[in-house]
Amino acid sequence: MGTFITFPELLMWLPLLAGIVCFFFKKGPAVKSFATAASLVVLAVSVTSLFYADAQFKSYNQVNYVWMKQIGNSLYLGLDSTGRLLTLLTAIAFPVIFIATQKNNYKNPGSFYGLMLLAQAGLMGVFVSMDALVFYFFWELALIPVYFLCSKWGGEKRIQSTFKFFVYTFAGSLLMLAGILYVYMHTPARAYDGGIAAHSFALQSFVNSSLTAPEQNWVFWLFFVAFAIKMPVFPFHTWQPDTYDQSPTSVTMVLSGVMVKMGLFGVIRWLLPVLPEASAHFANIVIILCIIGILYASCIAMVQDNIKKLVAYSSIAHIGLMCAALFSFNELSTQGALIQLFSHGINIIGMWIVVDILERQTGVKNISQLGGVAQKAPVLTIFLVIIALANIALPLTNAFVGEFMMFGGLFSVNPLYALAAGISIILAAVYTLKMIQKAFYGEVVPATSAIKDISFGEKAALFGLVAFIFLFGVMPQPMIDFTKDALKNILAVVQ
Amino acid sequence: MNAIIFSATWGIVMMFSGVFAKSKSTPRWLAIAGIVLLFIVNAIELNNGQPIFFIDAKDMVRINSFNLTFLAVVFGCTLLYFLLCGKDVEKVGEHVGEYFALIFFVLCGVTLVATYNTLLLLFIGIEILSIPLYILTGSDKRNLKSNEAALKYFLMGAFSTGIMLMGIAFIYGANPNASFFINNIDLGTGQLSVMMASGLVFLLISLSFKVSAAPFHFWTPDVYDGAPTVFTSFMATIVKVAAFFAFIRLFENAFGKVHAQWQTLIVVITVATLLIGNITAVFQQSVKRMLAYSSIAQAGFMLLALFALNDRAKEGLVLYSAAYSLATIGIFAILIKMSDYTVEGFNGLGKSQPVLGLTATIFLLSLTGIPLTAGFQSKFYMLLAAVENGHHFWIVIAAVLFAAISAYYYFRVLQAIWFKPVKENVIAAADLTKGFKILLILTAIFIIVLGIYPEILIQWLYH
Repeated sequence: MGTFITFPELLMWLPLLAGIVCFFFKKGPAVKSFATAASLVVLAVSVTSLFYADAQFKSYNQVNYVWMKQIGNSLYLGLDSTGRLLTLLTAIAFPVIFIATQKNNYKNPGSFYGLMLLAQAGLMGVFVSMDALVFYFFWELALIPVYFLCSKWGGEKRIQSTFKFFVYTFAGSLLMLAGILYVYMHTPARAYDGGIAAHSFALQSFVNSSLTAPEQNWVFWLFFVAFAIKMPVFPFHTWQPDTYDQSPTSVTMVLSGVMVKMGLFGVIRWLLPVLPEASAHFANIVIILCIIGILYASCIAMVQDNIKKLVAYSSIAHIGLMCAALFSFNELSTQGALIQLFSHGINIIGMWIVVDILERQTGVKNISQLGGVAQKAPVLTIFLVIIALANIALPLTNAFVGEFMMFGGLFSVNPLYALAAGISIILAAVYTLKMIQKAFYGEVVPATSAIKDISFGEKAALFGLVAFIFLFGVMPQPMIDFTKDALKNILAVVQ
Repeated sequence: MNAIIFSATWGIVMMFSGVFAKSKSTPRWLAIAGIVLLFIVNAIELNNGQPIFFIDAKDMVRINSFNLTFLAVVFGCTLLYFLLCGKDVEKVGEHVGEYFALIFFVLCGVTLVATYNTLLLLFIGIEILSIPLYILTGSDKRNLKSNEAALKYFLMGAFSTGIMLMGIAFIYGANPNASFFINNIDLGTGQLSVMMASGLVFLLISLSFKVSAAPFHFWTPDVYDGAPTVFTSFMATIVKVAAFFAFIRLFENAFGKVHAQWQTLIVVITVATLLIGNITAVFQQSVKRMLAYSSIAQAGFMLLALFALNDRAKEGLVLYSAAYSLATIGIFAILIKMSDYTVEGFNGLGKSQPVLGLTATIFLLSLTGIPLTAGFQSKFYMLLAAVENGHHFWIVIAAVLFAAISAYYYFRVLQAIWFKPVKENVIAAADLTKGFKILLILTAIFIIVLGIYPEILIQWLYH
């Protein structure tokens, strides 16, 4: 006792409460400012939590309330180093999104911003839960607001494509639930005041579960399919391009910047520690799936005319690389994946902000209908070029650090893997530069003739992101230190 | 014990209420008073363990906190049903008092099948429960569909009761103790005798018929669709979960020792029910018919309790009864107010009637099994029970995959509610009183409370 409220609780409750309050707003500007302010408060909390990371502040970082005691479940929230990384990403993402999309006017703004903040609460919950059932709760709950956001405010075919997304992920998470239950039956008993539950859902109990190797092998797939759908990894990716294309862009930012990280986070937090032998056993299959996905997505991105789908496919390629790196089980690639987890979130949100500005001003999303944006909006173009170069992992950008480490790690597993995945960097350069060249340079076309350069809010958001890209591209050491703890924890269980 | 006496007595009171009452709404208020009384009487017995009147039933009924909790759920849901749909019962026809009387007789049957300790009382309970339902199904006399449904239900029901009687006779004959008491059936050791096994299968078939488990479900869609919608709501929820309770009570107490011998049968029935219920529901255009099929699908999930047959399964069954009944009664209460029963009828409900749209959303999310709703907890307990059982883990995977399919048809209604343009004149706004809306909101809140903290219900099982 002694701690009034802990960081994980704050991170989860603040956006939840703010989100509920948003529903009662009637006026658009007021709710915009309120949501932005709320998300900035969450960011402040998240940044503060970084200073309380040491062991002596342990009581600030975890909380454990007995919930359904007969089945050994408790509201067990904790902020460890991996959680800190991802909650920070979530906390940064939302204010940036809110500020950058300030100009977008949504119908029913109260509901829109309310649902956005509820999605943030769900995501935070996923990243701080230390109890499998609570994890599952948040895993699904994060999905519901996003489902409504996409279906209500998305493009023409939003209902079908969002529904495809929902059914995919719902099926995946239910399989994970079956897996959770199976592991649960093999966990040690756990005492609570007044009795003993035969089993427990706590992470520690899951890690200590007594599964035999054959059992692990098939439970692995129950978990992996859920995470693979979320990431997405080939062949579970088919929901993604349509959903990204049809969602309102600010939701796409949440999806691609933060939500796909849920899948990778699931692998780090729940799959590798709970089923280490099976993870090692299937590592090669997973890496090969990832590499197929990387090459396949890169190739499709090259022939995409739709700018949103192009970014979506490039995201599949990046996530695939991170997943492959996580399953290489060496220090270099794991740390690379952790750094890239964060950097990719920043870069992809930057990409989407630019795409959003273009789409809002011109009303088209096809590259072939754009041209000469640079003449009309030079500042926007500069930002885009920097972010795009970070996206293809040019040296001196933040993504380079992570990708370089991941390739290094993959190389030590099998040089062929690194070679195959390395082709994706070349392909990424091809499709990204082609997009820039066609859409931003050349002659001004009718669609782009009325474009205005970006506003102050957009500038501020993009400037923040670009500053981050350079800062950690030139000086990656703070990131490396920041992820060291997380790395140690992951490697400790795997080896 | 008290619930049996009070429900039967109140049924008789209700019969005469139509004769003496001047206003048409008197029977409704009497019925509400009656169900409140039933609930209180039952709650007192659950709380103290002592009935108000004690009658020596020679061990023919056994009362424990498990079946009292279940009855509390049933009476609570019936109260909600009366409050939400009572006015619509009045609209079915002239004989309002009789309708309520029949419902009380059904409740008497429910209490019997929840507490019986002999096969004879099971039979009587099932009959008391079924016969009023045949009448209620056909109560819309001028509607051909209602007539057809009643006849179909009656013929099929009579047939299944016959099978049940034969099963009881077989078991009695094969039982060396020559006893109808379900805990006094000598099953012998090893493989069941042929006569005993066929008796068991006959009982299994007839009870599967009552809970509309595949392949004995064919009556369900037609009967649920043909019956007046208010009564469909009652049949699909309270009556169905009662039949389940009878089912698990019989198979746990009488045949629990040879669980391994009939478990495979249940596996087949469960998977078939899940498959047929879910797949067919996907293709329905009418929400009423979709709910009929979804009730089959939900029955498939409840069958997992029979498959598992452990403590968790019993907790799960009570929780499932509450979660499923609350959500289904709620969604039916909204459906009744509409003139268009197709999915399109729900178009834009979220905009034209925000309260209805929002509560319907919570009911549908609960039926789908989204966390933080009672529906999730009940499904979760069922799955947990099935995993705990230790055999046939694949049935859990099958069940969750079918649950994912169920999202398809529930979410189609959700999409209509929120993402489609408003359809005018579907709902008569005059019917929507403040009380009705508040009640819907309270139901939705209760579903969420139960989803967050299911132990408020489960703790009573061990009271």
